[in-house]
Amino acid sequence: MTEILGEILQVGFFAAILRIATPLILATIGEMFTERGGVLNLGIEGIMLLGSMAGFSAAYFSGSLWLGILAAMAVGALAALLMGFLTVTLGLSQHVSGIGTTLLCTGLAFFLYRLIFGQPSVPPNVEAFQAVPLPLVSKIPVLGPMLFNHFALVYLALLLVPAAAFVLYHTPWGLSLRAVGENPRAADGAGVSVAKMRYQALVLSGMLMGAAGAYLSMAQFNAFTFGVISGRGWVCIALVVFGQWSPWKCLAGALLFGFVDALQLRLQASGVIDIPYQFFLMLPFVLTIVAMGAVSRSATPPAALLVPFRKEER
Amino acid sequence: MTSARTPLLCMRGMSKSFGAVRANQDVDLVLYAGDVLGLLGENGAGKTTLMNMLFGTYAPDSGAIEIEGRPVTISSSADALALGVGMVHQHFHLVPRLTVLDNLMIGRPGNRGRLDRSGARQKLEEIGDRFGLRLDPDEPVSALAIGEQQRLEIVKALFRDARMLILDEPTAVLTPQEADFLFDALRAMAGDGLGIIFISHKLYEVKAITNRAMIMRRGKVTATVDDIGSVSERELGELMCGHEIVPPQKAPSEPGKVLLRLKEVTTAPGAEASGGAPLREVSLEVRAGEVLGIAGVSGNGQLEVAELIAGVRRQTAGELNVTGEIVIYPSPRAIQDLRVGRIPEDRLGTGLISSLPMADSMILPRVHAAPFSRYGVLDRARIQDFVEGQVERFDIKCAAIDVRTGTLSGGNLQKVLLARELAFDPLVVLAAQPTRGLDVGAAQFVHERFLEVRAAGGAILLISEDLEELFLLSDRIAVMYEGRVMDTLAIEEATVRRVGMLMAGASSEDAA
Repeated sequence: MTEILGEILQVGFFAAILRIATPLILATIGEMFTERGGVLNLGIEGIMLLGSMAGFSAAYFSGSLWLGILAAMAVGALAALLMGFLTVTLGLSQHVSGIGTTLLCTGLAFFLYRLIFGQPSVPPNVEAFQAVPLPLVSKIPVLGPMLFNHFALVYLALLLVPAAAFVLYHTPWGLSLRAVGENPRAADGAGVSVAKMRYQALVLSGMLMGAAGAYLSMAQFNAFTFGVISGRGWVCIALVVFGQWSPWKCLAGALLFGFVDALQLRLQASGVIDIPYQFFLMLPFVLTIVAMGAVSRSATPPAALLVPFRKEER
Repeated sequence: MTSARTPLLCMRGMSKSFGAVRANQDVDLVLYAGDVLGLLGENGAGKTTLMNMLFGTYAPDSGAIEIEGRPVTISSSADALALGVGMVHQHFHLVPRLTVLDNLMIGRPGNRGRLDRSGARQKLEEIGDRFGLRLDPDEPVSALAIGEQQRLEIVKALFRDARMLILDEPTAVLTPQEADFLFDALRAMAGDGLGIIFISHKLYEVKAITNRAMIMRRGKVTATVDDIGSVSERELGELMCGHEIVPPQKAPSEPGKVLLRLKEVTTAPGAEASGGAPLREVSLEVRAGEVLGIAGVSGNGQLEVAELIAGVRRQTAGELNVTGEIVIYPSPRAIQDLRVGRIPEDRLGTGLISSLPMADSMILPRVHAAPFSRYGVLDRARIQDFVEGQVERFDIKCAAIDVRTGTLSGGNLQKVLLARELAFDPLVVLAAQPTRGLDVGAAQFVHERFLEVRAAGGAILLISEDLEELFLLSDRIAVMYEGRVMDTLAIEEATVRRVGMLMAGASSEDAA
């Protein structure tokens, strides 16, 4: 037991939590926005993968990591537009459209990667993002290395949370979005374009999901692999429910997942507990299910989630 | 209303078709500042279509709209709002989970990118002062009573500086006292120079609140009344239906033995969060040859009473006695076998099955028994005889007896239900909102059938939110509030005021 605690109570461990949680924060906040507007974006897993691939490729050829991030966001936005066309313009089932988008994006990511890079024996890689210690604060003992010595994207993800809360609760756009997700007819009656709001939220979510994917292939790792997302998108769907569609609670969910994932990595590496490593890999996902079970009963989704809106109904 | 002034609103030659249905044909409408214009017509007369064109919900096929003399094109509700047109729909357009204040600010520009909550709060207070429309800004809409929600809808329009306000059947959901309150506010607004269009098919309300009226029938304007004081309610009604109205005559009641009795019935809270109130020690009695009316604002337990007696809901305490038999395990079939006919509130949801042929809908509850089936096989010839007989008796307008049920109009659907439920001489008839959405002719047909059942010694439990209907048919009126029966009044001692106070939860002493 003390050995386990010894593994946990290390500065590096806490830093790892933030590193692991970052892509989840980005994608979960993105998903939260679309769901607040009434659209469940199950394309998340595929969009993250495609973003990861596109970002990596752009960075590989341009030599600029930030250009890679922008490319990932642009590709994510495009995929989200497709999702918007299916669910908002055509009013199709959000479940089916989302799974379709994920399958399409997954296939595209694999196909394009092969087309661009072929099947090299050594996978191409990029010089990944380096940690940016923040001046002054990173020198604080313990707290400094834990919180203030990270990739730039980690800081951005953390800043995204209060920004999202502000936008959602203190701007006309956020209020319109919530109205659209709760009662689109009321929003429409108040002069808000339901379709426009939903498209905007989807594009925003696609950009964040793309960035989340790119983080994995350019910061957490330095190459694109086909298993790079491995279910993290689906975890984000669960985290939105766990987070009850609130930015701060979504952050808490992402950190909890990050904690368990970091823990299982440590335990695996330390060999303190001698069981097959697959059980450790399972741990964060099992926790997701348990946490969901505990919280989701009291979570009320936006009332118009999954409901297509048609303007002239008669 | 001097015609020399520029009208606030002028609609000319408005037409709109939906497929083969000509919902509006060449309709003209003029509204002046300070006007309360009554827009009167039966269901399907085209009132709502006309207003939806004004509000940008439907694009007109032809016609022109002028606001304060300027030609305008309104292609969305945003356009309408920007031009000062506010609309209070029958079904409120509110977001229950948001506060009153946030509901007001949806779609409003912010102050340098931020929501201007303090400015909105101030404006809400001003509107409250000016028209007596007060609301708590921080209350979530889900906690507001129906009357308050409607107040919020009106405030929403005023908040956007509407200069004309359209109200679509605004009193349908209100108690009489709430309706009076609404009328006071409308008068204050008209006095302030707003133009108001009041859509209704309730004649006494149009008489009470409007100064002019326009009557529509089958998509056309059939009459305009420039001075509402110059016509009687009855004349208005005749203009609306296009023929004379003779109210059905009710013979004096001769109550017989008790056919339906609820004794201190309590039900468990329903799982559904959608309003409704569990019953709390409800006692009711309906005798043979009697109509017991149940009044109450929607969601105060009326639906629960109907479902209990229909056998789809069970009591947790108390006793249900139908035609002298105590029903311990109610089921729809057991209840039906006791000769209870049921006209549910939701015609196409719980009453009939939209996708089935009309003939099958009409026999559905009795498919298992003679005369419609023998040895588990449907007897199509007998079914056809029965249905054709009922179609004729109840004057159901349908192309063939096997048309899809869902294609029938509201009035014909209700006739199908009546034809089904009244076919085998029921002892008890349970009717919920039997004339909601029906035009005057169809409603009268329904009323006449009920009075026939009553004359034949049947007991009728009539649940209605239409007080006029309740006072017309009932021998006694029970008023429900939050799952309790507040009082049961004999029709002779019942007044609209008294029933209204009980509906709002006043004790029977206070209401007396």
